Amino acid sequence: MKGNRGRRLSLFILFLAVVLATGCGDRSEKKSAVPPKDVVDIAVGDGGKAPYYGDAIVIGSIGDISGLIPNITSDSASRDIGDFIYDGLVRYDKNLEIEGVLAESWEIKEGGLKIVFHLRKDVKWHDGEPFTSKDVLFTYKFMIDPRTPTAYAESFLQVKNAYAPDPYTFIVEYEKPYAPALGSWGLYILPEHRLRDTEDPIKSEQNRNPVGTGAYKFVEWKPAERVVLESNHDYFLGRPYINRIIYRIIPDQATMFLELKAGGVDFMGLTPPQFRRQTEIAEFNKNFNKFRYISFSYTYLGYNLKNPLFKDKRVRQALSHALNRMDIVQGVLLGLGVEATTPYKPDTWVHNPGVRKFEYDPEKAKKLLADAGWKDSDGNGILDKDGREFSFTIMTNHGNEARSKTATLIKSYFEKIGVSVKIRIVEWAAFINEFIDKKNFEAVILGWGTGPEPDQYNIWHSSKTGEKELNFISYANPEVDELLEKGRRTFDKEKRRGYYWRLQEILAEEQPYNFLYVGESLPAVHRRFRNIEPAPAGITYNFIEWYVPESEIRYTKF
Amino acid sequence: MGKYLAKRLLLMIPLLLGITIITFSVIHLAPGSPTDLVTDLNPQAGAEARERLIAYYGLDKPLHVQYVNWLKRLATLDFGQSFQPDGKPVIEKIKERIPITIEINVLSMIVIISIAIPLGVISAVKKDSFLDKGTTVFVFVGFATPTFWLALLCMILFGVKLGWLPISGINSLDYDRLSLFGKIVDRGRHLIMPVILGAFGGLAGLSRYMRSNMLEVVRQEYIQTARAKGISEKRVIFKHAMRNALLPVITILGLSVPTLIGGSVIFETIFAIPGMGRLFYQGVMSRDYPVVLGILFIGAVLTLIGNLLADVGYALADPRIREGEG
Repeated sequence: MKGNRGRRLSLFILFLAVVLATGCGDRSEKKSAVPPKDVVDIAVGDGGKAPYYGDAIVIGSIGDISGLIPNITSDSASRDIGDFIYDGLVRYDKNLEIEGVLAESWEIKEGGLKIVFHLRKDVKWHDGEPFTSKDVLFTYKFMIDPRTPTAYAESFLQVKNAYAPDPYTFIVEYEKPYAPALGSWGLYILPEHRLRDTEDPIKSEQNRNPVGTGAYKFVEWKPAERVVLESNHDYFLGRPYINRIIYRIIPDQATMFLELKAGGVDFMGLTPPQFRRQTEIAEFNKNFNKFRYISFSYTYLGYNLKNPLFKDKRVRQALSHALNRMDIVQGVLLGLGVEATTPYKPDTWVHNPGVRKFEYDPEKAKKLLADAGWKDSDGNGILDKDGREFSFTIMTNHGNEARSKTATLIKSYFEKIGVSVKIRIVEWAAFINEFIDKKNFEAVILGWGTGPEPDQYNIWHSSKTGEKELNFISYANPEVDELLEKGRRTFDKEKRRGYYWRLQEILAEEQPYNFLYVGESLPAVHRRFRNIEPAPAGITYNFIEWYVPESEIRYTKF
Repeated sequence: MGKYLAKRLLLMIPLLLGITIITFSVIHLAPGSPTDLVTDLNPQAGAEARERLIAYYGLDKPLHVQYVNWLKRLATLDFGQSFQPDGKPVIEKIKERIPITIEINVLSMIVIISIAIPLGVISAVKKDSFLDKGTTVFVFVGFATPTFWLALLCMILFGVKLGWLPISGINSLDYDRLSLFGKIVDRGRHLIMPVILGAFGGLAGLSRYMRSNMLEVVRQEYIQTARAKGISEKRVIFKHAMRNALLPVITILGLSVPTLIGGSVIFETIFAIPGMGRLFYQGVMSRDYPVVLGILFIGAVLTLIGNLLADVGYALADPRIREGEG
């Protein structure tokens, strides 16, 4: 079986070589492909399946990066590139547990008030300078410096004191125990020797031509076109097998998919229709591996709890019973997703699988609404109470097709139980400034990203309801406040799990959000890349171990 | 002529000032601020982060102060620094994007002119013939076809099925290692689709314009005189009629100077071309005021210069206007 596939691949390469030799192949390979003769030799000789240093991967991205110091950027493209160039003291491993990177080990002392990091001694910056605790201290100071235009200072403003007693020890002290602290040191560490004398980091050479400690070195950034990285042969976790990363910016999803099919892109995220309908053909599956796993985000219908319509818990529960979530997953995501029941990612330790579920049951929904006093007294098909009809507007932002489709489906479900719904779609900036910030909405469809850190204080705590704060639905529950407070002050994982499980029980019971669904990430990667192992963290966590067998190398000049 | 030019140039100053005031107010009237994309609904960004960013960009000052500061810098031709985290000067960002934009627009323009003018002349000469009706249908189909859709079809055919042309981008991954000739070929292969498709949509305007000009000129008495003198029809059309019919085209060309630097967002997005259209769009979406204002200002200047050039060119080409002036 395996040999058969190998032979077929060899044939494919042979075919490629012929195509190239006749001059109508892909332009990107024209110059970089080996002369046809060599290809034939390799194709005939069988071997060359072992891990091998070589080749390049072309990654497709919708958006350009916005800068090369990811500590001050906030877009996902910059983060992707940052992950290759820089390292943190720690990171989340494939099972989303914290593991050391630049820190060899750490000790949590005094009940979480103090963390002592012991740094690796074998790390060098890309320019050859040794990495030491000076760099860590510098990065910390960089983050809290009010002149640094970063949105991510908050975790570091909790630090009371930070110091570096020797080149390989870094100590941070906190006012109060702060459980997200350890994970926050996944912060990209910046080179002190390159930034200490710059007045404005944004204009510094580091932001043009960065030096990191990471697995890949920066080569070039052609704005709106591509970012090129090359492997760091001296990387302290081992030299990556793939020599080059070419991050191509292709702002149109349809164009990117055509590029993928034509060989101009090796790795991209598919949309559900592409995954289900446009790639279910033998030709595609011969060349690409597709993966699907739950993504780090969920979509919800949030109610403005200041609005009298949604004050009664039974009403919110009724609206949750009124939806067939699986149907929404089917309709919006073509089945590529799961129901959301709590604000945590379903396959993580913090997710509580035992919370109250709201199965699709319109009769129960109607009964709950009747209990709450909502009846159709004038026979027009819409429930009313004290002369007010049960009708409201669902708002969402423009440009997110999944959300607007979801709104349409929700409308049809709610109308079945006599609740009238209008849909309004507004451009993002106006949506946030005019409606969310001013709490001038009835219900919204939005989503949250869910990182591996379970602290959701900013989203649920009753103190976070001010303008520009995240509890814009005005949710307030003293027990939830207490659990959130305890959760972020406790390092013990079992205890934390207890707090957050209870939190999820309460949220499921009270339904301040109608939790809708968790989408899936749907990457497609060219088949020549081996050793890709999907895990809760996705597929790129072991990128430095991906390789292309010698016989299948496409870009030989890199 | 010199006095006329000086007058026109002086008049441009208040006009430009007016334009800057309007563009500055309009962009600040749009809801949202440059910090929103970074801090809005971002669980990790606190209120402190917002204030920090607003102060960094100088947005905490009153609007008129911001305007005066911007104008002062503009007077020294400093367009300021982009609000993106790459923090590049606006002028540098524009410089990165402008060559490819001009390249594509000039090529498209050449294609349009070299097809539309003969097409217009032929339709006028053979008015109401099958050829005339055929070209009419052709150019209007081009005008009406959604180019993004046509572009996708062409990409599927020439890029995926036949593999003749690259699908997107402006050069290959190994462009930097190619010889000069190789570079030209590579760039050419990348630009064929965007240029031709871009021109396809623009044929209608110019060819129709040319046709109606031509029809008007042919009706003139001096053409009749020329024919009466027994000059060959070819000579009448190309020497006498066409030269006059071409005059108004100069105006069109003058007016299209600013469009040379303004790329089409849709086209650039579909073909992944790093041009001005995307820079501007991105600037508007992220409320990157310096970039947006910089591009609008340059566009305004070019429009005014284009108008001036059109007028001057017209005067130079048409003796009647030139002498009427004197």
